[in-house]
Amino acid sequence: MRLDPQLPQGPVADAWSRCRQDLSLIAPANRRHFRVLVVGSGLAGASAAASLAEQGYQVRLITYHDSPRRAHSVAAQGGINAARNYQNDGDSVERLFRDTVTGGDFRAREAGCHRLAEISGSIIDQCVALGVPFAREYGGTLSNRSFGGSQVSRTFYARGQTGQQLLYAVVQALLRQVEAGRVELCPQRDLLDLITLEGVARGAICRHRLSGALETHTAHAVLLASGGYSNVFHRSTNAVRSNASALWRSHRRGALMANPCFTQIHPTCIPSGDPDQSKLTLMSESLRNDGRVWLPRQPGDQRRPDQVPEAERDYFLERLYPSYGNMVPRDVASRRARELCGAGHGVGPAGRSIYLDFNEAIERQGRAVIEARYGNLFSMYERITGADPYREPMRIYPAPHYTMGGLWVDYHLMSTIPGLFVLGEANFSEHGANRLGASALMQGLADGLFIAPATVPAWLAEHQHPVIDPEHPACRAALESVRQRIIRLRSTGGSQPAEGLRRRLGALLIESCGISRSAAGLRSGLAEVAALQASFDQDLLLPDPGTPLDPELEKALQLEDYLELADLMLRDALAREESCGAHFREEHQSESGEALRRDAEFSHIAAWEWRADGPPIRHQEPLHFSLISPTARSYR
Amino acid sequence: MSGPSSLSLTLRIWRQRQDEPTGRFLDHHLTDLSPDLSLLEALDRLNQQLLLEGERPVHFDHDCREGICGSCGFMINGQAHGPRSGTTVCQLYLRDFSDGQVLTLEPWRARAFPLIQDLAVDRSSLDRLLMAGGYVSVNIGSAPEANALPVGLDVAAQAFEAASCIGCGACVAACPNASASLFVAAKLAHLELLPQGQPEAPRRSRQMRQRMETEGFGACGNQLECSAVCPKEIPSSLISRMNRQASD
Ligand SMILES: Cc1cc2nc3c(=O)[nH]c(=O)nc-3n(C[C@H](O)[C@H](O)[C@H](O)COP(=O)(O)OP(=O)(O)OC[C@H]3O[C@@H](n4cnc5c(N)ncnc54)[C@H](O)[C@@H]3O)c2cc1C
Ligand code: FES
Repeated sequence: MRLDPQLPQGPVADAWSRCRQDLSLIAPANRRHFRVLVVGSGLAGASAAASLAEQGYQVRLITYHDSPRRAHSVAAQGGINAARNYQNDGDSVERLFRDTVTGGDFRAREAGCHRLAEISGSIIDQCVALGVPFAREYGGTLSNRSFGGSQVSRTFYARGQTGQQLLYAVVQALLRQVEAGRVELCPQRDLLDLITLEGVARGAICRHRLSGALETHTAHAVLLASGGYSNVFHRSTNAVRSNASALWRSHRRGALMANPCFTQIHPTCIPSGDPDQSKLTLMSESLRNDGRVWLPRQPGDQRRPDQVPEAERDYFLERLYPSYGNMVPRDVASRRARELCGAGHGVGPAGRSIYLDFNEAIERQGRAVIEARYGNLFSMYERITGADPYREPMRIYPAPHYTMGGLWVDYHLMSTIPGLFVLGEANFSEHGANRLGASALMQGLADGLFIAPATVPAWLAEHQHPVIDPEHPACRAALESVRQRIIRLRSTGGSQPAEGLRRRLGALLIESCGISRSAAGLRSGLAEVAALQASFDQDLLLPDPGTPLDPELEKALQLEDYLELADLMLRDALAREESCGAHFREEHQSESGEALRRDAEFSHIAAWEWRADGPPIRHQEPLHFSLISPTARSYR
Repeated sequence: MSGPSSLSLTLRIWRQRQDEPTGRFLDHHLTDLSPDLSLLEALDRLNQQLLLEGERPVHFDHDCREGICGSCGFMINGQAHGPRSGTTVCQLYLRDFSDGQVLTLEPWRARAFPLIQDLAVDRSSLDRLLMAGGYVSVNIGSAPEANALPVGLDVAAQAFEAASCIGCGACVAACPNASASLFVAAKLAHLELLPQGQPEAPRRSRQMRQRMETEGFGACGNQLECSAVCPKEIPSSLISRMNRQASD
């Protein structure tokens, strides 16, 4: 299979505007004859649906939630990047582009990253016009902060609720189109299969979560914006119902999956305690501006933190990275924390946490300053853990947070299935092997507000096949396969609920394919996944609850996908014999323990093809850099 | 940390299947719970037990489990979102309760929120209120430069507070008249305070208030229970603001 990323010819810098000039158009009066199915109402899906409806297309929006307002984007805290240089501190499109490529450790396409930086400013314009109450200065202009170790202040924010405010703005734009009759809203639907005909995406099969009915939705094009797959790790910072089903089922129908092992583990999260704990809560990265990370020098030190004298504390990030200190990138901080906990220095239950200490900051700046800066985060920490971070250091530990990998898409955001477009976190696009803080919201909105609304109509203009009838054999076959799948799961008649199996999968995956990976660990991970798959196939407990509402069935369906996805992640991590970005292979490190990239062998995107009757096939899309030449990251 | 290292609770839960016209309370006992578990995690634990015993698990809505998505919500001993102020159900931890306590869990009850099952209700009527005008009518692509329109820091902060409503429906559940006035007033304030939302303010207000009636929400009786239970502590003064603007 030849992967054609459809990159525009010529210089990267104005490639997007040249590309747009060449895209085909559909006359306004004809647009209502085209039906587009959008899956997901997060930033990417809601903005794409609203935008296409405004242009005049007929849109149907499917979402798992009861309301589009509840998509996981609502939980994003810190902010959204844009190269506006409002602070006059040297930012530019060029600099955001470079930061994105470098942050992704040279595993993303230059053209895509450049387009993202170019579009970033318009996103802010649009969001302000839609009523996002961003933080302001006294003079009334927009305020910015720096984020994630960036050297410029380019992050726009609305307190610690930026995602919520952005999502509400685009969902309100969406609801305006629903009221106008241009978008049909279908909430409470679980996408369980993609319908393809002659290799082209023609619709989807969904289960109505309340009535249990299996439904056929057909359209001229399908846009998937179903979010990331961090919940394959069982516990993550993602909402507990975020899932990989839409993505995985499309993969099984022929959409290649790119770089599945590129997952980001966020260093500052509230650690797990009780086995019944359901999720891990993110504590904003901004805390590392004032908090100092440390562990006892002595392994197994059981003393309370205030009883460990200064000389017996190891401020390991400051020691290892004198110039960046506590502000090193996410992957570096996470890896060092894991290493030291692994060597017995960790604190808290099972030695699975590190201290983030504000004592010195409070002494130096006063409690009031720290309270003004982080008050809401401190009370959130206190509410969850019952401990007071003004008096004792926070205990934190890395947690799965974001997935850079996802369905492979070309420059037009189209997957390897013609007519299937993938937007937002569900695609693999611009973050390479590591995402910068505050860039996911930017990418989701770039995809949904501006890119897909240009490229999807162009595709429609050139592919004017009729929408297929729901009774078409292709639809009936897809529906039947979902029905059979549910019958098969129900008839297993075993003794293990999906929850227990999911926990085991999460635990083994975080161990073998989390912060740090080795060939031996990955191989044993593969064997363990296979064993769990066998337990799932033979011993799943899935009783009929007697009502159509059946969260246990949803969980079992999701777990089946997670098991297969985990297998692919392990294979991808094993095949990528280098360390890059968030993917750290223990075999590929320098003497001082830093990541070693191997550009000669691995400067490519790995895209995996599903096969029903054998192991998946790894394809490669080579990467080329013309504006910026690959260098090694250094934070020492 | 003080308090017991483990506790027991009796959860008296409203159980009503999708297809039943009414329901009943059933007592479920849970023992040996860590005080660090959240209340929803205790319900998760209960559901695993029920599953293994061949019983139907308790249905409740949830997702983010950090107080921002607005999915969760039910009455705990007669209080919407339970005993802590400014908090959603998912942010309650067992250390907020005492050993041996009986907690009565009941769904939101309001005409505009038909029951789905057990503790979950259908709140799509809130989205339909927004559809009546809770937006700025500006098409994507036609926005002016973001800094072209200055907005005072205080105004932006007030708009933000109004906009922080998570649409959980607690205000409706707590109101004796099951009114959605706080929800509507918050959206009106959010958009009217900002200059970009002002051109269509009168129409928005008229349409959203009208829709409130057709969706079956009651009228505001000035009891202000709504604001007291609001997890985002949206002030009831926004309702007076709405009424003032409407009569202007
Ligand atoms: C705690 C937290 C904080 C974050 N903070 C930031 C930040 O400050 N800045 C930043 O840039 N990024 C941040 N991120 C990342 C960012 O929030 C996400 O990457 C982004 O919001 C994803 O948006 P999306 O539109 O792709 O998908 P989502 O918002 O996840 O939406 C997915 C949609 O798909 C639907 N869906 C899912 N599965 C199915 C199915 N099977 N059937 C039907 N529908 C389905 C869902 O209902 C939902 O509507 C944060 C992430 C987390 C977890
Ligand atoms: S689960 Fe999201 S607010 Fe409670």
